[in-house]
Amino acid sequence: MSWTWFHRLGSPPYVYGLARRLTPWFAWGAGLLLLCGLYGGLVLAPPDYRQGNDFRIIYVHAPSAWMSLMVYTTMAVAAAVGLIWRMKVAHAVAASCATIGASFTFAALVTGSLWGVRMWGTWWEWDPRLTSELILLFLYLGYMGLRAAIEDTQRADRASGLLAVVGVVNVPIIHYSVVWWNSLHQAPSVMRLGKPTMPPAMLLPLLIMLAGFTLLFAALLLVRLRGEILNRERTAAWIREALEA
Amino acid sequence: MGSAPSAAAPSVTPQPDAARESGTARGAPALTAAGLVLLRDLTLAFRRRGELLQPLAFFAIVTTLFPLAVSPELSRLREIAPGVLWVAALLAALLALEFLFRDDAHDGTLEQYSLSGQSLAWLLLAKTAAHWLLTGLPLALIAPFAAESLGVSTGLAGVVASVAVGTVCLSLIGSISAALTLGIRRSGVLLSLLTLPLSLPVLIFGARATELAIRGLPYTAPLELLAALAVLGVTLAPLAAAAAVRISLE
Repeated sequence: MSWTWFHRLGSPPYVYGLARRLTPWFAWGAGLLLLCGLYGGLVLAPPDYRQGNDFRIIYVHAPSAWMSLMVYTTMAVAAAVGLIWRMKVAHAVAASCATIGASFTFAALVTGSLWGVRMWGTWWEWDPRLTSELILLFLYLGYMGLRAAIEDTQRADRASGLLAVVGVVNVPIIHYSVVWWNSLHQAPSVMRLGKPTMPPAMLLPLLIMLAGFTLLFAALLLVRLRGEILNRERTAAWIREALEA
Repeated sequence: MGSAPSAAAPSVTPQPDAARESGTARGAPALTAAGLVLLRDLTLAFRRRGELLQPLAFFAIVTTLFPLAVSPELSRLREIAPGVLWVAALLAALLALEFLFRDDAHDGTLEQYSLSGQSLAWLLLAKTAAHWLLTGLPLALIAPFAAESLGVSTGLAGVVASVAVGTVCLSLIGSISAALTLGIRRSGVLLSLLTLPLSLPVLIFGARATELAIRGLPYTAPLELLAALAVLGVTLAPLAAAAAVRISLE
């Protein structure tokens, strides 16, 4: 098997051009899917028999929560690739992920809280999933804080990359300990949103929204990656050619 | 990327590889070296006994805050005692983390360790062990007195055991974040921001074991989970800390 495609991904000019060419595809795909999903979720799907129209926030909440984990995983994988093969571009990817992931996590917390105020009658419930999500936000903030504290880019890349890898080992431990903690301290009276038997009219828009959010993340990542590469390579000669082209 | 180590190496040891080979020739160098580092750290710490008391005093003060802030009624304090003990222990362990590598990073000892040809992970494990012996173990030993002051008089053995095992985990997790924040000015807040989210499982299991012990219930299950975390930490944390020290020294 030829590895040239992998080696080419180590070259900032190549990745910069690739990101520029791919961004519109992901962005338009994301826009299209999000429109379809929102129409399906907010208009076509029937109201829930118990939660009425309130359940519809799931079409933003669940994909945000899903993305918050997926972005963290992407960040950790990119950081590991950067640490192992010393690829500058991989570190740039990891650095670009952090803000996007923190935003998705924040969106998941806010929408979960909005849903909670209607369903549970309180803005915040120490529900295991909400708590894990909050801790995930702290992990993102720690990652960003460490990056911001180290001035030298290469050192910041490697130190924060190691933190991301350590964090990804800990995420399952934290999650299960929180679930375990919650099952001991709180009666399982909380109404659960995840129903195993969701009718297709509700489920299909959710899946479309999941795909749409994934494409949205890809588009945002590529845009941020280009900015990150431009910032890192600002003294390189190819930048002028790329910007003039 | 390789410029920093190659620039520093010639000034200290001309041939690090030769040092490594002669080291292995003497037999079992990793453990011997780790034992020497442990002894050195303990000796140095006992020459400045005053600093050893600081985390303990901090722990005592934080525990004192709760009766003043919540209520002096022992019946109410007894209910929150496990949480109070664990939050205080966590904060005291966090405070002590700043001293873990700081002095050795300042005077270049860590750099010498990483150039010595010895396994850096073993040396850092020894340093972390010394750190636990000097902070975690004393915290566990004074925890029953703090518990007593909060109206708890039963299950003190469980309190000692859970704090002792839990601080092992905290020292190990802390060794990674302390190594990552080496050389950063005013790293205190950042150190907490990195360490606290990762130590939440320790807090959960530790507080649970303490609570069960105080109530006179069997507390081995959370204690064993805590011990499992400690074993995982002993296995993986020194490797991560060694990588972090190498990054910080670049």
